[in-house]
Amino acid sequence: MLIFLLRRFIQACFVMVIISVISFAIQDKLGDPVQQMVGMTVSVEERQQLREQLGLNDSFLTQYWRFTKNALQGDLGTSFYYKKPVLEVIFQKVPATLELAFCAIVLVVLIATPFGVLAAIKPKHAISRIVMIVTSIGLSVPIFIVAILMMYLFSIEWNLAPSFGRGETTQVLGFWESGLFNKDGLNHLLLPSLSLAFALMPIFTRLIRAEMMEVLQSEYIRFAWSKGLSSNRIYFIHALKNTMLPIITIGGIQAGTLVAYTILTETIFQWPGMGFLFMDAVSRVDTPLISAYLIVVGGMFVITNTVVDLIYGLVNPTVRLASHGL
Amino acid sequence: MNLLSVSNLHVNFHIKKHELAALIDVSFTLNRGERIAIVGESGAGKSVLGFSIVNLISKPGYIHSGSIKLENKDISKMNLRQLQEIRGKRIAMIFQDPMMTLNPVLTIGDQLVETIRSHTRIAYKDAKNIAIQKLQHVQISSPETRFNQYPHELSGGMRQRVIIASVLLLNPDIIIADEPTTALDVTIQAEILQLLLSICEDNGVALVLISHDLGVVSKVAERTLVMYAGRIVEEGPTLEIINDPQHPYTQGLLNALPQMALPGQRLNQIQGSMPSLSERPSGCAFHPRCPYATEKCQQEQPSFINSGVSSVACFIVEDMLNEFADEEEAYL
Amino acid sequence: MKYTRKDLMHPLSDSRFSHMWSGFIGDKLAILALIIFAFYCLVALLAPLLTPYDVNDVNFMDLMNAEIAPSWITQDYHFLLGTDAQGRDLLTVILYGTRLSLTIGICAVLIQATLGICIGLVAGYLGGRIDNFLMRCADIQLSFSNMMVAIIFLAIVQSLFGLAVYQQLAMVILILVIGLSEWPLFARTIRASVLAEKQQEYVDAARVMGFGSKRIMFRHILPNTLSPILVIFTIQIANAIIAEAALSFLGLGMPSTEPSLGALISEGFSYMFSGSWWICVIPSVTLIILILAMNLLGDWLRDHLNPKVYKD
Repeated sequence: MLIFLLRRFIQACFVMVIISVISFAIQDKLGDPVQQMVGMTVSVEERQQLREQLGLNDSFLTQYWRFTKNALQGDLGTSFYYKKPVLEVIFQKVPATLELAFCAIVLVVLIATPFGVLAAIKPKHAISRIVMIVTSIGLSVPIFIVAILMMYLFSIEWNLAPSFGRGETTQVLGFWESGLFNKDGLNHLLLPSLSLAFALMPIFTRLIRAEMMEVLQSEYIRFAWSKGLSSNRIYFIHALKNTMLPIITIGGIQAGTLVAYTILTETIFQWPGMGFLFMDAVSRVDTPLISAYLIVVGGMFVITNTVVDLIYGLVNPTVRLASHGL
Repeated sequence: MNLLSVSNLHVNFHIKKHELAALIDVSFTLNRGERIAIVGESGAGKSVLGFSIVNLISKPGYIHSGSIKLENKDISKMNLRQLQEIRGKRIAMIFQDPMMTLNPVLTIGDQLVETIRSHTRIAYKDAKNIAIQKLQHVQISSPETRFNQYPHELSGGMRQRVIIASVLLLNPDIIIADEPTTALDVTIQAEILQLLLSICEDNGVALVLISHDLGVVSKVAERTLVMYAGRIVEEGPTLEIINDPQHPYTQGLLNALPQMALPGQRLNQIQGSMPSLSERPSGCAFHPRCPYATEKCQQEQPSFINSGVSSVACFIVEDMLNEFADEEEAYL
Repeated sequence: MKYTRKDLMHPLSDSRFSHMWSGFIGDKLAILALIIFAFYCLVALLAPLLTPYDVNDVNFMDLMNAEIAPSWITQDYHFLLGTDAQGRDLLTVILYGTRLSLTIGICAVLIQATLGICIGLVAGYLGGRIDNFLMRCADIQLSFSNMMVAIIFLAIVQSLFGLAVYQQLAMVILILVIGLSEWPLFARTIRASVLAEKQQEYVDAARVMGFGSKRIMFRHILPNTLSPILVIFTIQIANAIIAEAALSFLGLGMPSTEPSLGALISEGFSYMFSGSWWICVIPSVTLIILILAMNLLGDWLRDHLNPKVYKD
C-alpha cells in the first residue's frame, strides 16, 4: 500500500513537472508583464531596467525555478483581466464545475447501470433493443448538438428550465458557493448536467453491457446458477460487482473527456465554471489564467486517477495495490 | 423407485439456423446412494449431459425432447423458480476448474452462506455455523479464517474442497461432479477423489461422476456409462466393463491408459479423433475409427443388447453373440 | 521441427475476406452505412463541381442574402437550403464543410495510425524496457483525452501566434493536434496483437530461416493485425470528425469564415432562437448522419472481423 502510494506520488510529480513546464513556457512566451504593467509612455531604457528588476533577463531555468517556488507557495501570478491572483479567480469557479461534473456522473451511473445491465441480461427484450439503438445514435451525436437540442426543447419550446447561468447559490461550509441547496440553483443545474450526462451515457451503457455479457459467460456465474441462487442475486451481486472492475478503470480514463466536455457544456450554457473561465481567458489572452488553469486541472487529474486506482484496489480483492500501481 | 431417470434425452445446439445434435437418445437411471460414472473423450457430450440434468446447458443448447425425472417431477419442464429450488438443494454440481468456479470478488463465507440462505429461512449466524462445520467436514484447516478469505488466497486443491463443502451445505440427494480432479495436481487428485467418495458413502448421496479417465472412475463409481459422439455406447458395472470391455470404443479407451502400456512401448491411441457436432458420421458414429467396422456399421445405428457383461450398442458384439448362440445351439 | 508451407504463410487467407464479404451482403444496415459513407465521400470530392457558387468569390458572402430560409419555405430555388447569417448558400457551405471534415478526419487518423502502428510494433516486438516506457507514455497520453489535449493545445497556439496567423494554419494544426493525441489506441491494439502473434509458429519459422526482425515485423505481423486496425480506423475517423466539429464550435478550430460544419453550427446556434433554425439544424443533421454511418460501419467490422480491440 505504501509502495503503491509512493509510486503514484512519483508519477504524479512527474506529470505535474511536465504540466508546470508547459504552463511556465506559456507565461514566459506569451505575456510581456512589462507591457501589462506600464503604459506606452515609458521609455525603452526604463523598460529594460524594469525587466532586469523583475528578473526577466535571467536564464530559462532560473526563471522556471522562481516560477515553481512561487507556485508551491500558491502564487501563480495575477490575472491580466481580473487584476486578482489567478488562483483566487479559479477557486471561485471550482464549485460550479465540480457540482456540474458530480451531478453528471451521478446521472450517468443511475441511468447507464440499469439499462446496461438489462441489455446484457435480456438482449432480446424490446427495451434492450431500444437501448442499443439509442446508444448507437447517442455515440454519434456530438455533445454540443445534444446541448443545443436540450436547450431548444426544454428551455425555448417548453420553458421547463432556464437555459443559462447558475441561478441562486447558497454558501455551504463558509467557502463553497453551492447551487445544490435551493430550487433555483437546481433548476439551472438541470440542463447542463443532463447534457453532460447524455454525452457520456452511451459509451458507459455499452461498456456495462459488454462487460456484463462477458461476466455472465464465466464459470463462476454458472456455478452460482447451479447453487440455485435467485436471479437477482446472481445478476446484481455476483455479476455486477465483477462488471464494475473494468468500468472503474475506464471511468478513470474518461475523466479527461469529462473535463473537455465540461468546457463545451459550460460554454454553451454560460455556466460560470472553470471551463467557461478558461475559454474567456483564451479569448482575452489572459496568459497567467490559462497557465494556472492547466496546473489546477492537471492537479485534479492526478488526484482523480489516484482515487480511481484506490477504489479499484478496494473493490477488487485480487489486486494488491503494491503490485498494481504504475 | 429410481431417484433420477433420464429417458430418450435429445439435446440440440441451435447455431446459425443449423440444428446440431449434442445428445442423442440418452437414457439411464440413478438410484439413491448409487455412484455412476460417465466416461468418454472430450466432445463426447458428457458435460452437456451433466449440465442438462439441472437444465443448465449453455446458451445455443437446449433440451429438444425426452425427460429428466427427479422422482416424479420432470426437470426439463420446470420453470426457473422450480429449478432454483432443486438446484443446490436436491442436485448439486461440482465444476471442473476450481480456479474459475468461485467468484473472485466475494469471500468464501459469502458464497457458502448465500447458498444456504437462498434455500432456507435461517439467520446469518446459523448459516455461518453450518458453513464452518462443512468446511471442517472437508478437512479445511482453520475454517474460521478461511471463511473470511477471498478465493485467490486459496490453492487449487483448497478451493475444490471449498466447492465440495458448498455442495454439501444442503445435503443434496445427487452430486454431479464434472471432471472434479482434472485441473488439479496429481497428488491432490487422489485426496479430493477420496474425500468425494467418503462423503457420498457417509451421507448416502448419489454421485454422477463425469470423467475422461477410466482410472479415476474405477476407484469411485459402481456403474459406468461410456459415451461417444452424444450417445451412450456401453453401460454396465464398472469393474466388469474394465475387465471385459465390449464396445470397441471402450476397449480403445482402456488400451489408451498409460497403465496398459508396457514400459518403452508407445501408448495405444485410438486412431483419429472425435467428430465435431456438425460432422457426425452416419450409422454408428464410431465406425471411421473402429478397427472392426463393417459396411453395416456405416449405415445403421446399432441398438442396445445385453452382452452378459454390459449393455452395449455395437453390431460386432451383436454378431459375435449371435455366433455364440448359434454355436451353442449347434452344440446342443 | 519441420515447417510446412502453411506454417510459413501468415494465416491471413482470402477466406476471411470472402467470409466478410458474404456477411456484408447479408446485412442491410451495413450496406446502408457504406452507401452513406461513399455518398459523403463522393459529394465531398466533387463539392466544387456540384455547387454553382464559388466559395472564394467575394460575392459569395453577401449580407443582403443573410438568413434566407430553405427553398421549401420561401419557394426561392436560388438557395436550396437557404443561407446563413453571412449570406452564404447553406448547401455550398455544407458541401465544403463535409469535404473539410472528411479531409481532417482521414488525415488525422492516418497520422494516428502511422504513429500508433510504429510505436505499437516496436513496443510489442522489442519488449522489455522500451515496451514498458512506451506503454507508460501511452497510459498518460490516454488519460488526458484527445479533446482536452486538443482544446488546450489549440488555445495555446491561438494565443501564441495571434488569431490572424492561426486562422491561416488552422487546418494543418487541427490535423496535427487530433492526429498526435490519439495514437495510444492504435499502439496498444497493435502491441497486443504483436504479442499474440509473436508466439505463433510462422514468426519462429521466419526467424529460424534467418530473416531480420524488421522484415518479420512488417512482412508477417502487420498483415495479421490489419483487421483490428481497420476497426479502429473507422471509429477513429468518426471521433476525429466529432473532435474537429467540437473544436470549431468552441472557436478553436476552423475560423467562422471558412466552411466548417462545427463553425457553422456554432454560428447557427446564436441565430437559432431568433427563428433561423436551419443554419444550426441542417449542418447538425449532416454531421450526425456522417458520424452515425462511420460508427455503424465500425461496429459491423468489429462484429465480423472480431478482433480483440484493446478495450481501455
